[in-house]
Amino acid sequence: MSPQSTPSTMDESIPSSPTAQAVAFPVAPASSSSSEKAARLTAPTIIDINNVDFYYGASKALHGINFPIREKLVTAFIGPSGCGKSTLLRCLNRMNDLIDGTRIGAGSIKISGVDIYHPNVDVIELRKRVGMVFQKSNPFPKSIYENVVYGLRLQGVKDKARLDETVERSLRGAALWEEVRDRLHTSALGLSGGQQQRLCIARAIAVEPEIILMDEPCSALDPIATVKVEELIHQLKQDYTIVIVTHNMQQAGRCSDITAFFYMGKLIEIDATGKIFTNPSQKQTEDYISGRFG
Amino acid sequence: MDTPNQTNGAVSPQGLDLSRKPRARLIFSRAMDVLVWMVTLAALIPLVSVLYMVIRRGAGNFHWNMLWLLPPAAGVDGGGFGNALLGTIILVAIGTLVSVPIGVLTAIFLTEYSQGSKSAQLIRFCAKILSGLPSILAGVFIFGILVMNRDLHLGSWQIGGYSAMAGGLALAILMLPIIILATEEALLRVPRFLREASLALGANRTQTVLHITLPAARSTILTGVMLAVARAAGETAPIIFTAFFTSFWIGSLNEPTASMAVLIYNFSSVPYDNMVNMAWSASFVLIVVVLATNITSHLVSNRSK
Repeated sequence: MSPQSTPSTMDESIPSSPTAQAVAFPVAPASSSSSEKAARLTAPTIIDINNVDFYYGASKALHGINFPIREKLVTAFIGPSGCGKSTLLRCLNRMNDLIDGTRIGAGSIKISGVDIYHPNVDVIELRKRVGMVFQKSNPFPKSIYENVVYGLRLQGVKDKARLDETVERSLRGAALWEEVRDRLHTSALGLSGGQQQRLCIARAIAVEPEIILMDEPCSALDPIATVKVEELIHQLKQDYTIVIVTHNMQQAGRCSDITAFFYMGKLIEIDATGKIFTNPSQKQTEDYISGRFG
Repeated sequence: MDTPNQTNGAVSPQGLDLSRKPRARLIFSRAMDVLVWMVTLAALIPLVSVLYMVIRRGAGNFHWNMLWLLPPAAGVDGGGFGNALLGTIILVAIGTLVSVPIGVLTAIFLTEYSQGSKSAQLIRFCAKILSGLPSILAGVFIFGILVMNRDLHLGSWQIGGYSAMAGGLALAILMLPIIILATEEALLRVPRFLREASLALGANRTQTVLHITLPAARSTILTGVMLAVARAAGETAPIIFTAFFTSFWIGSLNEPTASMAVLIYNFSSVPYDNMVNMAWSASFVLIVVVLATNITSHLVSNRSK
């Protein structure tokens, strides 16, 4: 994390060559008709990130981040390691609270109009609304069934029929039901890596959040498992707003509607994914997505 | 470097030579291998010889009825150490019941709640000091606050004077630091991502500890508890000062009680063969009981995993 950047040092640190192609690999955005593109950028705002500065102790990790995240779309955060994209993601459900010495220095994050850093906010209520899927699949050392119902059990749900119904709905929602329906009561640790990650997605949607945060959900998966998770993301956006951090730009291109590019703690550019990958307005974005740095 | 043995499988006609050659670092490595083996054997000699002696002299004279008979009078044949075995079980049980809840909760505070505060550092420091406490001091401490105050009552219950309760509390003081440090270690070993997953699903800290962290750490915590039990079962000094010794069955927890360790200590220094042999048999039984508890708890913990 090197947060002491100024615009001038930032320009110097990015090697650029004017002759290179802007797009180094094929990109297939989720859909591309021009009317839909316009609809995406005008969909209602669900998360309003308003001039946020974020600190780890004395070092500033995010500099005046300011943009809206729109409802029932997939927003991808891209950028080189240490650019602050995961930090910003973990601000959205206040997982950063768990790290000592972190704080929001200025600005606010509002979800459906509520400032989530307001002292009266119950973090537990917030995290029920804003689910999270982590980089490393992290099922609990319990059965598949108990993993999915964990969130409901915490809320005190004991009704067996409701729990059973939630397990089936969530596992179907995570495209895992057919593979595990016969062994719901065996250990989740016996699943493959890709199945474990989809189980974590099922576990997140079981508590019926409105927003799902995904922190590099496919970085530990093989290509086949990755495709399954990406297809799942495509289905999930019917019902949920999804924010995904990824190092894989093809993935951002394939499964997001809107892409935000971060560099050294700053938001450089945000636009419809198709536009970012074919005709970015910032030189730094172009250099990054064409693979010339980062 | 011409090797005399050119048909050696490690040398190819093209001139690649991967054969072993006597080099200084290889000789040094061999020497270190031998040294490590010798040191390991040297460390095993006292362990194995103690076990051998206890089994040879203890198992030879052992009779099953020793497990339920009372100690013999001086110079009389027969008898057993039933009251001492029961006493040790009661003392260790009291020690465990007192120290495990306090120790485990302290460790939970240290790892899950304190976030490295000054008070946490102080507690951890105290636990480390306490783990090196000479065991006789635990006995003297309880002797001073409980045993000396004969008239100390809790309601109508006399808690002053020599008693099984005082002995159990002295053992609890010795077990506490072992349990705190072992549990803390076990909890720290639970991966951070499991806690994060739980919190991200809307769990609070207590729910995460109860449903995720403690179950994941359970078998390691149990190992620490067994270590503490094994140590407590063999302690003599703190028991002499607190539970004292009797030749009779224990009637209630505020009476003195016999214990295996003190019986071994008393009987091993008398001129009567029967009592000396009984001390050996008691040593043998003590080792078997501690070993059996240890194995059972691991089997139980592994099965329920």
